Amino acid sequence: MDIVQIVGVGIVAAILSLIIKQHKPEIAFLISIAAAIFIFFIIADKLPYIVNVFNDIINKTQIDTVFISSLIKIIGVAYITECASQICRDMGENSIASKIELGGKVIIMILGLPILKALTETILQILP
Amino acid sequence: MNIDIIFKIAAIGILVSVVNHVLTRAGREEIAMLTTLTGVVIVLLMVVNLINDLFNNVRSIFRLY
Repeated sequence: MDIVQIVGVGIVAAILSLIIKQHKPEIAFLISIAAAIFIFFIIADKLPYIVNVFNDIINKTQIDTVFISSLIKIIGVAYITECASQICRDMGENSIASKIELGGKVIIMILGLPILKALTETILQILP
Repeated sequence: MNIDIIFKIAAIGILVSVVNHVLTRAGREEIAMLTTLTGVVIVLLMVVNLINDLFNNVRSIFRLY
């Protein structure tokens, strides 16, 4: 049922921003930002279920929970970075968008360092 | 979180553009520019509040502290 709501909001917001784009392009872009955020709120109350299922699965195995929590953090950072860079690209600011993506990559790299370290340690243990 | 925020922003946009046209016809470009500025500032405040809610929501869901 929610998909109908998402599609409705998206189409209505697109038409509204098209109407206003000829006269006031800045307000048209603000409408598209508001629509993007609103669509995220529609799916926001479903995401915790996914996260909880991930945690339950990981708790059953003996894998350390640090990995799954940093994985979820990485997904969050990736989502925000992609959202912001798409909005900047909509406004025609490609350079700002690529800088945002660069920042996101660096933050994700930092979040992923402990996983990398653990991976190398296990590999070294396996090797004779 | 309801839909009328998007309609409110669209209404402000249309209102500002109409007032802008009327004022430019009446020969007061500077007042028209000021009304455009206030319209954009109002809409920006609303969108900034939305973005704030978005970030709080994402932070709580993905545990990004």
